[in-house]
Amino acid sequence: MKLILTEEQEFLRDTARDFARERTPVTHFRSLRDNKDENLWDKDIWQEMVNLGWSGILIPEEFGGSDFGVAGISVILQECGKTLTPSPLFSTGVLGAYAISNFGTKEQKEKYLPKIVSGEITTALAVDESSHHDPSKTLFKAEQKASNFLLNGKKTFVIDGASADIFIVLARTSGNSGDLAGLTLFVVESSIDGIKKIKLDMADSRNYANIEFNNVECSNEDILGALESGGETVERILDIGRIAMSAEMLGNAESAFETTIEYLKQRKQFGVVIGTFQALQHRAAEMFCEIELTKSAVMAAIHGADENSNELQRLSSLAKTIAGETLNLVSNEAIQMHGGIGVTDEYDLGFFIKRSRVAEQIFGSSTYHTERYANLSGF
Amino acid sequence: MQNLEEFRKEVKEWLNDNCPQSMRAGANPSIPIDEVWGGRKAEYKNPESKLWLDRMGAKGWTMPTVSKEYGGGGLTADEVTILNQEMFAIGAKGPLLSFGIWMLAPVLLEYGTEEQKKEHLPKIIKGEIRWCQGYSEPGSGSDLASLATKAEDNGDHFIVNGQKVWTSYADKADWIFALVRTGPKEPKHDGISFLLIDMETAGVSTKPITLISGKSPFCETFFDDVKVPKENLIGQQNAGWAIAKALLQHERAFLSSFGLASSMGSGRDLVSIAKKHIGEEDGKISNGFYRSQITAHKIKEHAFGLTLKRAKDEGGKASATASMFKLYGSEHNKRRHELMIAATGINGVAWDGDEFDKKDKDLTRAWLRTKGNSIEGGTSEVQLNVISKRVLGLPS
Repeated sequence: MKLILTEEQEFLRDTARDFARERTPVTHFRSLRDNKDENLWDKDIWQEMVNLGWSGILIPEEFGGSDFGVAGISVILQECGKTLTPSPLFSTGVLGAYAISNFGTKEQKEKYLPKIVSGEITTALAVDESSHHDPSKTLFKAEQKASNFLLNGKKTFVIDGASADIFIVLARTSGNSGDLAGLTLFVVESSIDGIKKIKLDMADSRNYANIEFNNVECSNEDILGALESGGETVERILDIGRIAMSAEMLGNAESAFETTIEYLKQRKQFGVVIGTFQALQHRAAEMFCEIELTKSAVMAAIHGADENSNELQRLSSLAKTIAGETLNLVSNEAIQMHGGIGVTDEYDLGFFIKRSRVAEQIFGSSTYHTERYANLSGF
Repeated sequence: MQNLEEFRKEVKEWLNDNCPQSMRAGANPSIPIDEVWGGRKAEYKNPESKLWLDRMGAKGWTMPTVSKEYGGGGLTADEVTILNQEMFAIGAKGPLLSFGIWMLAPVLLEYGTEEQKKEHLPKIIKGEIRWCQGYSEPGSGSDLASLATKAEDNGDHFIVNGQKVWTSYADKADWIFALVRTGPKEPKHDGISFLLIDMETAGVSTKPITLISGKSPFCETFFDDVKVPKENLIGQQNAGWAIAKALLQHERAFLSSFGLASSMGSGRDLVSIAKKHIGEEDGKISNGFYRSQITAHKIKEHAFGLTLKRAKDEGGKASATASMFKLYGSEHNKRRHELMIAATGINGVAWDGDEFDKKDKDLTRAWLRTKGNSIEGGTSEVQLNVISKRVLGLPS
């Protein structure tokens, strides 16, 4: 496994870089937030991303996708992360596309994948039920009634859940809280009876929802993967999600860092540029190193995902831990080094620190993944 | 290609005939292992160490890319790859450790006169002369260019007076390459010369330095009216600083080829130590606080290892990141040893005597030795300066 990008991946990255600069600079996000946009992402912008083929990157060619892999989608998210580009690309182009492409039945693939490619539908993955991520503690119930299932319970912090057309929901079909066994994934259309979406207003002003299921009826055909194998399946989907989210967080960190270095070179106090102060130089150098380590962890994880590495789980936890810690460090230091302007709403840095802490909670914090890394490593 | 395959065949045969069994993988473990640095004062526990050095030295294969007229192997890069592959295939031991090869020879090739190359390179390559490095002084550590050891122009020779410090293995070396001040009135970078000095010259003396960890290879080296012929000056008088910096780059390159400072010290496994001394429950280190500290460190080391690999895969654009590798290599190594002694507990601070395992006593000393990692070869603070100025472009 070489820790570099292929030409194809570099091309995707460059396209995404241009797109983010030209179409979705941070002002784009700011205006959605200020206007209290219904979805907190822009439908036309999303369609432009779809037209670039991004929603189909994890989808096989026979369903209209490009099959460019986790590395392909991750370098795009990294660039989008630099300008805090809001879109359902993560929930749909990563989670939905990966889940259905890899675990869907032929019927499910034919039904949903072309619509993801065309932008006709967006998806969301509903896993969490409490304030801390832990799929094994799932209590959300799917009870078998004759040939059907009745889904009951509440999911929280569902990314892009307020706008999604399709939910992939993790339910307990047997066993107890704490078991990854006895879980099953269902694909459910969000418009059917018994589903209630409650929008969440989070610090990063992105699209999240709590979803209540009240006697929602599903059939065997709606199961994603096999009955009772949802624990293993969802862990795989989550790992891909964690890796892609780490790439986006890396982009966040790179951008906040770059802004800070520019500021250190311009801002004058005591008659000199503050970048001449060693107290700031050394901290800047440390941030540089931490970002370099994060790049390597993300690079190893995205290639590990595409090469089906047996280290995938460890690499995913490594990437999510490091990305979380680095983004925390950089977002904190960026504000401190900017001084007063850093804590004003008018300046963009506040968006980065808000995004950083919400992103850290997505599919397990750095603490969660440190513990998971230790368990997987036999420490 | 035909030629390369022929070359491979020749190398294979030559190694088969000339590499002694005790210098290969699977050697009889009762045969003592020498750390071969060559030189006039070398002593060998195993005579085959010397034989192997002489044979490889005669081929010039201790510096295979250097041209034959200077005693090198005269090989192309492809041929060197083959040589390395074939040596690796039989587990052949490297014949020679040498500051001459790693640091001085590349500088001689770039800055030396024809006479100087012909005089010194063959002896370096054959391991006949062992070199040491005279850079730091008591008053010149991080600020190396402030060095004060003076070399006064005295016609056809210099008279050298002063003191060097941290000269590794000075007591075992035959010659020293030293930075000296030849221009006391010039700006500090413009008054330095690069001088080769025979350690047997009258007035040169050395004294070993005991570190907090105990014995060390480091010495102080004193020069008291030492007469050095002018033909031993490398490059122009007062133009030694550029050579000094070039040599430091070679030093850094060889340090990174050795897997950096993070491989220095105790090679014991942190997790096994913790499980042994703290305890194990359900296969886990039983104390959660130690476990989380150890895991946090392991995660950093994992990412650092991947960063080294990425730099290699990117094809050696490493100069921008060399300082980062030095910084993290030594800081991680220090952290690893701190965690190891903490996990070892009371035994982790054992010093001497029969009540303690040798392994634990060695660990205590290894831990103390790592404190030098972030000082030698440029302090961590200097590395941070380099990153902030050269990589990030922050102003002075």
